Amino acid sequence: MSTALAHSRPWRRPPFIRSPWLRWALCVGALAYLVAALSSIDANWVRVSEGLAQGWRFAQGFFVPDFLTRSRDIWRGMEESLTMTVTSTVVGCLISVPIALGAARNIAPLPVYAVCRAIIAVSRAFQEVIIAILFVAMFGFGPFAGFLTLSFATIGFLAKLLAEDIEDIDAVQAEAIRATGASWWQVINYGIQPQVMPRLVGLSLYRLDINFRESAVIGIVGAGGVGATLNIAMQRYEYSTAGAILITVIVIVLIAEYASSHLRKWVQ
Amino acid sequence: MPVTTVGGIHAWQRRSTLAQWGVWLGWLALGALFVLCWQVMNQHTIWLFVEDAPRQAADLLSRACPPRWSYLDKLWGPLWDTINIATLGTLLGIVLATPVAFLAARNTTPSALVLRPFALLIIVASRSINSLIWALLLVAIIGPGLLAGIIAIGFRSIGFIGKLLYEAIEEIDEGQVEAVSATGASGAQVMTYAVVPQILPAFAGIAVFRWDINVRESTILGLVGAGGIGLQLQSSLARLAWAEVTVIFIVILATVALSEWVSAKVRAAII
Repeated sequence: MSTALAHSRPWRRPPFIRSPWLRWALCVGALAYLVAALSSIDANWVRVSEGLAQGWRFAQGFFVPDFLTRSRDIWRGMEESLTMTVTSTVVGCLISVPIALGAARNIAPLPVYAVCRAIIAVSRAFQEVIIAILFVAMFGFGPFAGFLTLSFATIGFLAKLLAEDIEDIDAVQAEAIRATGASWWQVINYGIQPQVMPRLVGLSLYRLDINFRESAVIGIVGAGGVGATLNIAMQRYEYSTAGAILITVIVIVLIAEYASSHLRKWVQ
Repeated sequence: MPVTTVGGIHAWQRRSTLAQWGVWLGWLALGALFVLCWQVMNQHTIWLFVEDAPRQAADLLSRACPPRWSYLDKLWGPLWDTINIATLGTLLGIVLATPVAFLAARNTTPSALVLRPFALLIIVASRSINSLIWALLLVAIIGPGLLAGIIAIGFRSIGFIGKLLYEAIEEIDEGQVEAVSATGASGAQVMTYAVVPQILPAFAGIAVFRWDINVRESTILGLVGAGGIGLQLQSSLARLAWAEVTVIFIVILATVALSEWVSAKVRAAII
């Protein structure tokens, strides 16, 4: 037995992709793509090496943040970002609940389902910055355009996930409520709402978190918030102010994430 | 069970009276917070512009509406750049995120006291800064172009890939690790024969998923000068050439839909 084993070929791990042809074709294709893609980078290496000195200055600014010089701008940007986050999450949730009810196949008739799914698809297709560009063009600069953008983006996110949750509920409970002679509204209120409520609260808190992060970005295209302050600080080469803004954003995101995960555990 | 008596008949209630008051108070507080935020947010809003919005929208639509399809010829190059930013950025993200994930996972980290919090800090910092902000910083540091975009996408991907990967590492079956180390395998061998095979499918899925998100994000990086189709978008917006903007939006939409389809197919094949 042992001699037979000694002469046989040693064990090897089976490869990740079984067919050798597919494996080699993928490897060659990936290599060819990589060469083509890398050759398309027209980096100006002189500029990069000059920039690294500037990068060092930025890193210094980040470690010695200056909260004071532009404290009024930072404060106003943060105020806009935070208020935008709260209002847009509330409005987005209010709008997305009826849309989610319409987009759940088990409670909505087909025409309503199609319309609501279309709304969700449109809202999810474009990302926040592109929507913000359009809303800024229509409603003017400032946090109102940002509020509309984030509300619109919230609908696609929340309505989709909530609709999927409604589709996954235990149908027996809704059936039991219906068997008592309850109206459609009562079925929703007593058969479905208690089942999805913890998830709805969890998703809203999660979206609050996302909306704050996004509110720090859409300011770059003029939709208010701390992104605008950051953009101006970078254009003025005030790296310590930019560092201060970034640190503030990171800290708030951390607090929001920690608080929302705690709240979600408490709710569920 | 909370029960009220109304006219001699016991009626079931979901909550006791006190709890019901608490719930109403909570909603009232939320409403008050909303109104406060609304007031603070809109103290500088010029309502004249907002009332004017339907007319502006109609005007925008009339200018955007026959899309200038001839502009499509100029978009293929930037589109190729955009895809390259997403792909190379994802590769960079994977390369940087893998060691971070192994440092952050509770069962593979060499030191739970020093290196693990550090790795978690990297993940959080990368996740809380959007790729557009990374691009804004990197364009200022290394100059405009594809390279800034690739690095921005790479940095943003560290947090996402690192977080999902370290969670996958923490969920592996410890029995296999024990079996391999029982044969006398070294630390590196335990890694390659017990840990890596268990996380490889999850890893491939995460990478493709992130690539899909990165294609979506790299379409707008050009707005701050980091290359790709966003540069074209920026110049068309600056010239108020809305007919070209429409074409760019359609191209972006098609690219995003295609990448989502590819990623869904690949993930379905892996898992």
